[in-house]
Amino acid sequence: MAAPPEPATNPSTFLTSKVQPIRFLDAGDSAVVVEFGDGIDAAINARVLALDARLQSATLAGVVETVPTYRSLMVQVDPFAFDRAGFEAWVIAVLPALADATIAAKRWRVPVVYGGAFGIDLDDVAARHSLTPAQVIERHAAAVYRVYMIGFMPGFTYLGGLDPTIATPRRLDPRTKTPAGSVSIGGIQALVAGQEMPSGWHLLGRTPAITFMARRNPPVLFAPGDEITFEPIGADKWPALEAAARAGEPIAEVVRA
Amino acid sequence: MTQLIVERCGPGTTLQDGGRFGWQRFGLGPAGAMDRTAMARANLLVGNAPETGAIEFALAGGRFRVEGGSVRVALAGAAADLKIDGRPIPPLWSGTADEGAKIDIGAARDGLFMYLAIAGGLDVPADLGAVATHMRAGIGGIAGRNLRSGDRLPCRSTNPAGSDQELGPAHSLGATDGPVRVMLGPQDDYFSAAGLATFLGEPYTVSPQADRMGFRLTGPKIEHGPKGYNIVSDGIATGSIQVPGMGEPLILLADRQTTGGYPKIATVITADLGRLAQMRPGTTLRFKAVTRAEAVAVLAAERAELEAFRAHLRPQSGTIGLTSERLLSLNLIDGWTNGRS
Repeated sequence: MAAPPEPATNPSTFLTSKVQPIRFLDAGDSAVVVEFGDGIDAAINARVLALDARLQSATLAGVVETVPTYRSLMVQVDPFAFDRAGFEAWVIAVLPALADATIAAKRWRVPVVYGGAFGIDLDDVAARHSLTPAQVIERHAAAVYRVYMIGFMPGFTYLGGLDPTIATPRRLDPRTKTPAGSVSIGGIQALVAGQEMPSGWHLLGRTPAITFMARRNPPVLFAPGDEITFEPIGADKWPALEAAARAGEPIAEVVRA
Repeated sequence: MTQLIVERCGPGTTLQDGGRFGWQRFGLGPAGAMDRTAMARANLLVGNAPETGAIEFALAGGRFRVEGGSVRVALAGAAADLKIDGRPIPPLWSGTADEGAKIDIGAARDGLFMYLAIAGGLDVPADLGAVATHMRAGIGGIAGRNLRSGDRLPCRSTNPAGSDQELGPAHSLGATDGPVRVMLGPQDDYFSAAGLATFLGEPYTVSPQADRMGFRLTGPKIEHGPKGYNIVSDGIATGSIQVPGMGEPLILLADRQTTGGYPKIATVITADLGRLAQMRPGTTLRFKAVTRAEAVAVLAAERAELEAFRAHLRPQSGTIGLTSERLLSLNLIDGWTNGRS
């Protein structure tokens, strides 16, 4: 089966959503979804991440792992050990505390080579917004992003916080291949790609940092809830940084633990 | 140290186990055996724990050479021949291959996935806690890839203790046909009443686009509701049934992505995933909705069947003596079924 062409959804439809009453949804006998809303929204995502953090520190019977996404938390369970009614009661009890919870998160600085062969859509995005490429870089690199979700395939890091003045609807003709490390935008979302994949997003640049590397310690760099900033670097720095990353260096730097 | 040397195998040959959990929050799905019941039976036949890493074959078989000692093996899953130096090993028997012997696994005659279990397991380092190969992520197995001729697979046990086993005649593998059971949701509210009725009432056919990542089905178009057919990406479970805009279902399986942006009408229950995985392109199936309690009860029954399977294993009597009655009691083959109701 061919890989689906898109890593996430068209966000333009979902801009108006708000925090809604939570819903508990079945995802088969081995997973339950706690849904906080149906849109891309900082407040919704903050609740997802806060519940995730509570569940990580709690030891509820039958909980195998959790999968935070933009607007819901999927909980993988052992169907024989999991008490769904008890779980719902537990979530509802901790719910009031979630709204004010602060997320303990790292802040990362991620080097990016923008434009040229590293970001083939930079000029086009700039032209669409009547900006210069340098202005697009400046606006993209000025933001502090939140990791809303890591998903699809290993290390695909979906970010909230894109400057809306450079938000750009996705391409009508997705590319069948985009390189690992691509730093791209699609609608109001921003992304760091974990590996080579088909994509309809606009490629602004590329980072030598490898977001997921099974045999590195630790295998992952970013976690859901972390903050990310991008640092423009010259293309001349790419070869050395790429070699270091392949040798297991994180390259991305923690600027706030 | 006993090693299995791959002399040849098909491109869908990988090392698998019960799957790798704990990494979905970072985008890495669990992988693991497509038919866990079949893998468990192969493992039980050689005295292993049910989820010990085994060799999964997709359609094509393979040939292995034994070096450095002897090894006990068993094959389960799709119907396929197992031979040791040309000597046929009957279904649901284990066999012992001595140093220098050739182990041959034939192509699947029916079904898709076979499992070769090795007594004591393979001495392959776990990647992030599991042996399961996730080829798209390049993780697990041998360097994150499928097996190739020339690969050397070290075995944990140099010479197997005890004797070869067979499944006693008192044990029946039970009925394996019937509809594919699902639990509705998490996005069944993205479908019209007519769409839900189509999904639960009409037959669907496994398309040629079927692999470890998922099975695309063809059949009557499932109508979405007024909310459309895009959602903000959320988590995907093994067995999630996505229905993209074109209205035909896509069932996501072991090597699935962890999140996705199409509404998921239902999820195949865990107990039916292995049976589904054995359905070849062209197989027609129907879906049936069950409750969580029913799904868990079916899973408990499946576990009890595996326990009974283990309990009915016995040392081989020395003669093959397979009667047609015996073959029928085994459903002819282990694990294969169709999904017609």
